[in-house]
Amino acid sequence: MSDFTSGFWNWYVALITIASIAGCAILLWSQSRYKVGLDADGQPAKTTGHVWDEDLTELNTPMPRWWMGLFYMTIVFGIVYLVLFPGLGSYAGKLGWNSTGAYQAELKQSNLEYGPLFARYASQDLKVVAADPQAHAIGERMFLNYCAQCHGSDARGNKGYPNLTDGDWLHGGEPETIKQTIMVGRIGQMPAMGAALGSDKDIEGVAHYVRNLSGLTADPVKVAFGKAKFGACAACHGAEGKGNPMLGAPNLADKVWLYGGSADTIMETIRKGRTNTMPAFGEFLGEPKVHVLAAYVWSLSNPAPAKAIDDKVAAK
Amino acid sequence: MNLPKEAVVKMYAAREEIYPREIQGRYARLRWAGVWLTQIVFYGLPWLQWNGRQAVLFDLGARKFHLFGLVLWPQDFIYLAGLLIICAYGLFLVTAVAGRVWCGFACPQTVYTELFLWIERRIEGARSARIRLDRQPWTLEKIWKKGAKHAAWLAVALWTGFTFVGYFTPVHVLIGEIASFSVGAWEGFWVLFYGFATYGNAGWMREQVCKYMCPYARFQSAMFDRDTLVVTYDRKRGEPRRPGARTAGDKLVAKAVAKAGDCIDCTMCVQVCPTGIDIRRGLQYECIGCAACVDACNGVMDKVNKPRGLIRYATENALAQGWGTREVKRRLLRPKVLGYTAVLGLLILAMTTSLALRTPLKVDVIRDRGSMGREVEDGQIENVYRLQLMNTSEDARRYRLAVEGMPGARIVDLHVVALDGASARALPVRVRAAAGEGGSHRIAFTVTALDDPSVSVREEAAFIVPR
Repeated sequence: MSDFTSGFWNWYVALITIASIAGCAILLWSQSRYKVGLDADGQPAKTTGHVWDEDLTELNTPMPRWWMGLFYMTIVFGIVYLVLFPGLGSYAGKLGWNSTGAYQAELKQSNLEYGPLFARYASQDLKVVAADPQAHAIGERMFLNYCAQCHGSDARGNKGYPNLTDGDWLHGGEPETIKQTIMVGRIGQMPAMGAALGSDKDIEGVAHYVRNLSGLTADPVKVAFGKAKFGACAACHGAEGKGNPMLGAPNLADKVWLYGGSADTIMETIRKGRTNTMPAFGEFLGEPKVHVLAAYVWSLSNPAPAKAIDDKVAAK
Repeated sequence: MNLPKEAVVKMYAAREEIYPREIQGRYARLRWAGVWLTQIVFYGLPWLQWNGRQAVLFDLGARKFHLFGLVLWPQDFIYLAGLLIICAYGLFLVTAVAGRVWCGFACPQTVYTELFLWIERRIEGARSARIRLDRQPWTLEKIWKKGAKHAAWLAVALWTGFTFVGYFTPVHVLIGEIASFSVGAWEGFWVLFYGFATYGNAGWMREQVCKYMCPYARFQSAMFDRDTLVVTYDRKRGEPRRPGARTAGDKLVAKAVAKAGDCIDCTMCVQVCPTGIDIRRGLQYECIGCAACVDACNGVMDKVNKPRGLIRYATENALAQGWGTREVKRRLLRPKVLGYTAVLGLLILAMTTSLALRTPLKVDVIRDRGSMGREVEDGQIENVYRLQLMNTSEDARRYRLAVEGMPGARIVDLHVVALDGASARALPVRVRAAAGEGGSHRIAFTVTALDDPSVSVREEAAFIVPR
């Protein structure tokens, strides 16, 4: 646990701490009594014995004894604390407390509290969960916490981050498939095809052909030229360019463009390829939470249940 | 014999027990009125019900603070600050006018000390009996009396701790838990903590709290001036003190008696003092202005057929110039008092106005940071926002969302939102507008309750058109 190569600094810190506490105790004790001279009546003088500027003395107005007791109690508290908790160098403390353990304990507590709720949803079909108003609210909050950074608060995505509401799925949009995507993540791989296709003219042709597939404006000459070259792409995207969810190959014949549908962008995609990652959340969130989250994500492109929920809340 | 030239003195001293004598009179009655008033409210309030729930409940877990019909949220903490400022100014005003009346008649330290003293008197007897009891060795009687006193103190203290926690945990639930010995660890801790604090402060610490712990005791001299009413001994009238009656036969003494003032040096004012001071030595920082010495001295003056008021509430100026009540009252209109009153009045006005006009709806607009703005069909631009809505009323409500500030700006799909009573919701909202000039534009969201248009919040945001 120690970041140091020798135990020296641990001892250094521990000794300074102990010496400081001992020093406080000695200071308290030594300053709590004073030797003073006797006054004319043979009684101890009523001053503290301090003299400033030749004749300025300070009256002794004693503090209450319990107040002194409080000072000593802070020392006792400090010693007890250092015995129980980690505070002296690398000494771990009798209680064995550490922040990791405290986090784990809180996590355990929270799982105890919410575990049964998530377990109940986990045993239900995803489409049933999607129709449950409470699960929908939980899913919405989880989405805003964990997913919205990339996919946007409205789940409509961003350049490079897929829109989750349009019903167009790279890896398949069945509830179970979505759950799989969240659990183990996805890696989207478009290889760089520049060298395989050949010249810039070839690449431009394929780009125009692909634009033509989804009904965008394209130069007919270039389209015809690109069509001949599209064979290299068909292995993944299919002969008609309709894509393949098994490979995560996008449908090129619809109007959804992850990186942009301009000829220049498509050419860049073909030339340099694209690599994209959806991180795995299974280990972090646990299967029951992912279940609820997947149901929510599915409901985004199947909005009937979500609508029913707002109506239900409103009817209350 | 060689006498030591030096001695060792300690810088701390043990507390000397004070045995305040019981006293009757106008100010004692006033103090008991203070005790009853504050404690009926304190002990009783948690039991009051309102709309099917506890009327006053500070629910820390749910972060909701119920005050009768009012529900306050952590966002409303400004009102707590306002309340504390009003209390502080109230205290300043009262102190400037009449000294430490808060200390003497309403402060919990005084109130609980008074309660504990009452118990002490019922069990151990009057002042002299208590002094005797403390000096005598431990007998069965002493053990019984002390034990009974501490048991009674602890009972009051624990009930106080329980009541205090009852403001934060529903009191009916709490008493059930206590009856079945299933109190939560934290609730149990705080009941014991506040119980112990009450027992320790009112039973053992007493005047030590005022003398050594209370910060207010030390800074209130800043509010005093020569026209502040304080408990004072009329030195001109009282001095020289009349010597004791036992030496009345002596000629010198008889002469002294003839010249003597009204003070008969009976020390009753010292015996009744809860902080153990002699008010005849003038204004002291220990004096909490409880006027027990005024009651005591008035009783004595009645007995020796002298006018009352040898010790009385008076101002420094009134004593010096022999003013009557009228002149003292006239000095009430001095700038300091008027200033405090004006500030206090303004604060109360501002606070009540703000509370009355409070909108039971909170809206925060957070623009999505992931995307600047995206182009959608017909070349329109779309921005995404997260609307954090909070319905702070107790009823479920529906709200209409609207956006303004850019030509053609509109919210997509979502127009009416429903929220349960006292609940919060984060909503993703898409706003579309015609692609105008590139850059940032000011827009504003308006959220209005369908059933009550006065419940409406307008919140500004930025709409970004990509260049």
